[in-house]
Amino acid sequence: MTTIETASTAITLHQCAKTFVNGTRALEPVNLKVTAGETVVLLGPSGCGKTTLLRLIAGLDEPDQGGRVLFNDEPVTNLPIEKRNVGMVFQSYALFPNMTVRDNVAYGLAVRKISVANIGVRVDEMLEMMHIQDLADRRIDQLSGGQRQRVALARAIAVRPRVLLLDEPLTALDALLRDRLRVEIDELLRHLGITAIYVTHDQAEAMALGDRIVVMSKGQIAQIGTPQEIYFQPANDFVADFIGTVNRVPVAALSSRINGVKNEVMFRPQDVDIVTDGEAHLSGCVAAAFFLGDRTRFVLDVAGSGQVIVESLCRASQVVGSQVSLRIRPEGLISLAQAEHRS
Amino acid sequence: MKHRNLFWLQLAFTLLVCAFLIVPVVLSVLAGVTENFFIGLRSGLTLRWIGEVWSLYAETIYLSLLIAVACLAVTLVIGVPAAYVLARKEGRIARVIEEIIVLPVAVPGLAIALALIIVYGGFRDFRTSWAFILVGHVLYTLPFMVRSVLAVLSIINFRELEEGAASLGATFWQRFFTVVLPNAKPGILAGSLMVLTLSVGEFNLTWMLHTPMTKTLPVGLADSYASMRLEIASAYTLVFFIMIVPLLVAMQWLSRDRRARTVAQEQPLPTSRTFSQ
Repeated sequence: MTTIETASTAITLHQCAKTFVNGTRALEPVNLKVTAGETVVLLGPSGCGKTTLLRLIAGLDEPDQGGRVLFNDEPVTNLPIEKRNVGMVFQSYALFPNMTVRDNVAYGLAVRKISVANIGVRVDEMLEMMHIQDLADRRIDQLSGGQRQRVALARAIAVRPRVLLLDEPLTALDALLRDRLRVEIDELLRHLGITAIYVTHDQAEAMALGDRIVVMSKGQIAQIGTPQEIYFQPANDFVADFIGTVNRVPVAALSSRINGVKNEVMFRPQDVDIVTDGEAHLSGCVAAAFFLGDRTRFVLDVAGSGQVIVESLCRASQVVGSQVSLRIRPEGLISLAQAEHRS
Repeated sequence: MKHRNLFWLQLAFTLLVCAFLIVPVVLSVLAGVTENFFIGLRSGLTLRWIGEVWSLYAETIYLSLLIAVACLAVTLVIGVPAAYVLARKEGRIARVIEEIIVLPVAVPGLAIALALIIVYGGFRDFRTSWAFILVGHVLYTLPFMVRSVLAVLSIINFRELEEGAASLGATFWQRFFTVVLPNAKPGILAGSLMVLTLSVGEFNLTWMLHTPMTKTLPVGLADSYASMRLEIASAYTLVFFIMIVPLLVAMQWLSRDRRARTVAQEQPLPTSRTFSQ
């Protein structure tokens, strides 16, 4: 890979809210600090405000009165996107169908009035970096989804942007390609050392790519943290339920006490051991079993609780209808940072 | 057996309809190159009548071409930006304006012409110049340009293309000329051909608006039908065909090409809009 130098930029959002013309509040006032060189993933279900937030950072929309956006210490709140020097990859790529791959990648350089010779050198560099040299003279409608994705990335980073913004860049691709490009994007971001904001609704993507994840719900930030923090120490019910699977079992349904737990225990499916002796915390009847290759997923009916989902790496296959005893690993107990009262 | 009979019946009917439409055209064209129409083809073929048409009506042919090209220029300058603005704006006002622009298509040409004469007829120099006819033609053809460009803009998701260009640092005018216009080209081309065709063939409006010094081809045609030999009128029609048919063919060809291209473009990304918010 060729090296390209990018001066990293920190992003600060201060009380940024967005109300659309028709009165819908897409984003409640949000504060967010992204350190230079960091990859932050905005994660949430559709309609949670993650794309709106990204568009505020990009300069495609302006925040409501009182909101401020800073790149390093420079206020850019009212600066339109063409003056912010950001690179952006759109969900449907927004490649120009009237131009070849090469002209697409060169576009940002051409509008900056860079000399033709320099543009040529830089474009070749980008095409090589994204492994699409062979496609240079193709038209956009002759490319596959994955190829378009690469062109979009090459085009966005060719102008040496201060920050790279990616709006669901893998959503339009099939699962296999998505996994491969996810790895490539990860390598690219590490390699460039560029500040990146990545929007997705896919938690696996968020986990894999984010230095930090911003989980969003209903126009608000539900939690900010590293993937580990988000997964193992969810701040609230929304985060716990949105990321991965979480089991909730009332204390009354447990067969033996767990210290420090008041009304219910929460744990991930893989944080249990199937035991045969009497030290079990809970037991239930296997309602369904799914062999997933690397692990087996069981759905258990537990008396006094809802269904409990458990994953086991061992080969022992419990048949449907059999009784299983479980012990919850102490480190797997989840306690919500902001305990909310559940009805 | 029953199916086969039905097929022949349908074929016969189709051919009959075609003949009904085409025979007069063929006869008319033939009349234009026949020495003496009343004697028939026996009298021999000639280009004499076309020469006659040229010496009598060359002016009208030039004027028709001039007005058509000027009309195209005006509709391009007004219509393309108008379509762009209408495509950008959501909301009721934009849709109402869209409908108002289309109104001249529904109003009879004679009524538009009358309105123009009532309002502007007093300006003598304007009334007697070909620009007066041009105004009528622009009013009548503008909706076709706007509609045609709007249709393409609504397919290509130009807003996201523009945002892409903006993210790369392009100013509004750079975006408009390097991204919006080139991608709207199929619509602009189709609209242009439509405007040329309509302007060259326009009779209703023009008949009301013309003066003896500003006769266009269709007006001259009416004149020749009324006052010239049948052969000259027919030769004149032939000239009109020669001008209009290539435009019609180009229009057909272009719309087929565009349809093929849109299908090709939309195929590779069937899920791209699924998760948009």
